[in-house]
Amino acid sequence: MNGTKPKRVYFYGTCLVDLFFPDAGMAGIQLLRRAGVEVVFPEGQTCCGQPAFNCGYWEEARDVARTQVALFPEDLPVILPSGSCAGMMKVHYPELFHGQPEEAKVRAFSARVYELTQFLVDVLDVKLQDLGEPVKVTWHSSCHAVRDLGLKGEPQSLIGQLSNVELAPLTREYECCGFGGTFSVRHPEVSGAMVADKIADATATGASVVLSTDGGCLMNVNGALEAKNGKLKVQHIAEFLWERTRAR
Amino acid sequence: MHAENEIHFRDAAAKALLDPQLRANFRRAMDGLIAKRRAQFPDPRDLQDLRDLSTAIRSRSLLCLPELLEQLEASCAKNGIKVHWAETCEQANELILGLLQARGAKTMVKGKSMVSEEMHLNAFLEKHGIEALESDLGEYIIQQDGETPSHIIMPAIHKNKDQIARQFAQKIKDAKYTEDVDELTAMARKVLREKFLNADAGLSGVNFAVAETGTLCLVENEGNGRMSTHVPPIHIAVMGLEKVVARLEDVAPLYAILTRSATGQPVSTYFNLITGPRGEGEKDGPQEVHLVILDNGRSRIYADPQLRATLRCIRCGACMNHCPVYTRVGGHAYEAIYPGPIGKILTPQMEGVGVRHDLIHGSSLCGACGEVCPVEIPIPEILVRLRREATHEDMGSNVAGKGTGRTATEDWAWRLWAGVSKRPGLYRIATWFATRFGKALPASAPLIKNWTQSRTKPVPARRSLSERMRTEGVPHE
Repeated sequence: MNGTKPKRVYFYGTCLVDLFFPDAGMAGIQLLRRAGVEVVFPEGQTCCGQPAFNCGYWEEARDVARTQVALFPEDLPVILPSGSCAGMMKVHYPELFHGQPEEAKVRAFSARVYELTQFLVDVLDVKLQDLGEPVKVTWHSSCHAVRDLGLKGEPQSLIGQLSNVELAPLTREYECCGFGGTFSVRHPEVSGAMVADKIADATATGASVVLSTDGGCLMNVNGALEAKNGKLKVQHIAEFLWERTRAR
Repeated sequence: MHAENEIHFRDAAAKALLDPQLRANFRRAMDGLIAKRRAQFPDPRDLQDLRDLSTAIRSRSLLCLPELLEQLEASCAKNGIKVHWAETCEQANELILGLLQARGAKTMVKGKSMVSEEMHLNAFLEKHGIEALESDLGEYIIQQDGETPSHIIMPAIHKNKDQIARQFAQKIKDAKYTEDVDELTAMARKVLREKFLNADAGLSGVNFAVAETGTLCLVENEGNGRMSTHVPPIHIAVMGLEKVVARLEDVAPLYAILTRSATGQPVSTYFNLITGPRGEGEKDGPQEVHLVILDNGRSRIYADPQLRATLRCIRCGACMNHCPVYTRVGGHAYEAIYPGPIGKILTPQMEGVGVRHDLIHGSSLCGACGEVCPVEIPIPEILVRLRREATHEDMGSNVAGKGTGRTATEDWAWRLWAGVSKRPGLYRIATWFATRFGKALPASAPLIKNWTQSRTKPVPARRSLSERMRTEGVPHE
C-alpha cells in the first residue's frame, strides 16, 4: 500500500455479524466509506472456518476457507468487523494451509487482512467527531483480538476520540467472557460461570453499554444479560461509533 | 462412539462450580499471585527478553536431550550421585523401593515432587510398609486429609486458613484450635522436625539438573527441601527426563523467571545446588545420593516436533494462575496430576487423547496461558493439535490414543457444516431459513439447551447482512 491510504477495500461480514448483527456490518461499511474508501462486498461469503479449525476438523475448515479466499482476488485490504475472525484469517490460515499447494496464495491473502478498528486507526487514521449525548460505556477486549491478532488499544483509542463518551474499564478487562465457540455448549457450566462474572464486572462499572469488536463475545454477554434482565445494553463497536458520529 | 472410560471434565467442573468456598479460595489466591507476578515484571520488554532467553535455553536443552542426559549421568557419577533410569512409573517405584529396602529404611521424608505424585509413590511405599511423609507445608496439609495437590506449586491452595485450622485441631495430636498462621505453621514444624531427625531416607524433586556439572537444583521456600535432602542418610531425587540443562549458567535465567512467574518472588527463600553425598571430612549431608530419571510417556512427546514444546515447561504454575477456567473450578476437577492449562496438554498426551477428549475441549482458547508462559509454550495451539489428534487417526503422529475421540455425530456435524459453508448457494438458503424461522427453534433443542442454561436464545436478524447487501448494495448516504 506504499504508505498511501488505500482507495478501495474488501469487506468480509463474518457469519455472526451476517446473521446476528447486520447493523454492525452496515455501520462498519459506513465508517470506511466516510473515511473516503470504496467498499467492495463480494457475494458468496459464508464463514472463515474457525469453528471447525478450533475443533480439530482442519480438512473441513480448509474446504470452506479455500472458497472464502477465492472471493478476494484483487490486492486490496480485507476488513473484518471481528477480531476473532480476522485472527483466524490473518494468523491461523497460514497454519491451516501449511504445506498445501495454495499456501503461498493464502499467505498473500492473510497479509491483507485487518480488523475494522485496526484499519480505521492504524491505516486510515480516522478522526471522529462525537455528536451524541453523554454516555458511560465499558469495553470488553476479546481474547482473540488481543492475543491472536495483536490489537493494541485501537478500539479504545477510537472511543477516546468521542468527547461525550466516558470509558469505564472492566476490573478484569483481559479475562475471557466464556464464549470460546463450541466451548460454550460443550462446557456450558464453566462458560456460564465465566460470563456471569463478566456481566457482574460490566454492571459494576456503572456503564450503560458494553462494547466489543467480536460477535461471539457480544452474543454471549448479551444472552447472559438478557437472561438476568440486566439493564446494560450490548453493542458492536462499529455500530456505536457510527451512531454517535453520523450526521443527522 | 466415545473412548471407553472417557473422563468427563465437564461433570467434575460443574460440581466444583457449586462450591462457593472453593471458588472464593481459588479466586482470592489466584488474584494475589497474578498481582505479585505483575509487580515483578514492571517492564514488558525486560519480561520479553527474559522469556526469549528462557525459551531458547529450554529449547536448546531439548534439542540435544539424549546427549545431555548421558552427560548428566557421567557428571553425576563423578560426583558420587548414582543415576537410575525408569521408563514407567511402576519401574520407578520398584527402583525406589529397592533402594529403601536395601538399607532397611522404614520412614522417608519428602520434599515437594510432582513426579512422585505422577508415580503415586506414597501409596506404593505405604503398601510395602514404608512411611512416606510430605514435608512441604501444603503437601503435609493435603496428605493429612488424604487429598491430592490442587495446584502444582501450592498444593493446598483450595483450603483457606480456617479450614486448615479445623483440620490441624482434629488431626495433630494434642493440638489446640487456633487460626493464627504462625501458630499453625509452628504446629506442623514441630511434627516435621521430629520426622526429619529420625527419617531413614529423604526424597526430593529436581527443578533443573545440570549436565556439565552433575548438579541437582532444588527451588523451595520452607527449608524442608534442604532438610529432606540433607539430614537423612539417603537422598533420592526424582525427575522427569526433560529437566536437564547443559550448563550451570543456564540455570540463572530459568531460576529468575521461575520464581517470578510462580509466586512473584525475585528469589526463593532456599535454592539448593546438590552436588553429591557427604564428602570426606564434611559434617553433614547424606551418605548416598540417587537420581531417578523418569520417562512415563515423555519420550513419546519428545519425538513430535510440535508437541515437544510441552516439555519446555519449568512447572511454575503461571498458566493455571491466569486461567479463567482453572480459577473457577480449581485443580481437583481436572482429575489429573497436572491441572490447569499445562495439565490440559500434558495429561492427554500421557493418558490418551480419547480418554481425555473432554478435557482437551475444556478451554475457550482465550490464550491467557500462552501469554504468561515463561518459556512460551503455545498451549492453545497444542490444544487444537490434540483436538485434531483425538478425532483423526491418520495424522501420521505417535500421539497416545489418536483417533479414539471421534464420534459419528461430530463427524457428521462438521461435514454438514462444511458442505453448506463451502457452497454459497446452499449457505444463502440456510441463512434465509435461519432469519425467517430461527426464532422458532425450541430453546430445548440439543446444544441450544446448553447455551440457554445461562443465556437467552440468540435470535437471528430479520435480514442478514449479505441479503441486505444483495438487495440494497453498499450503502450510500
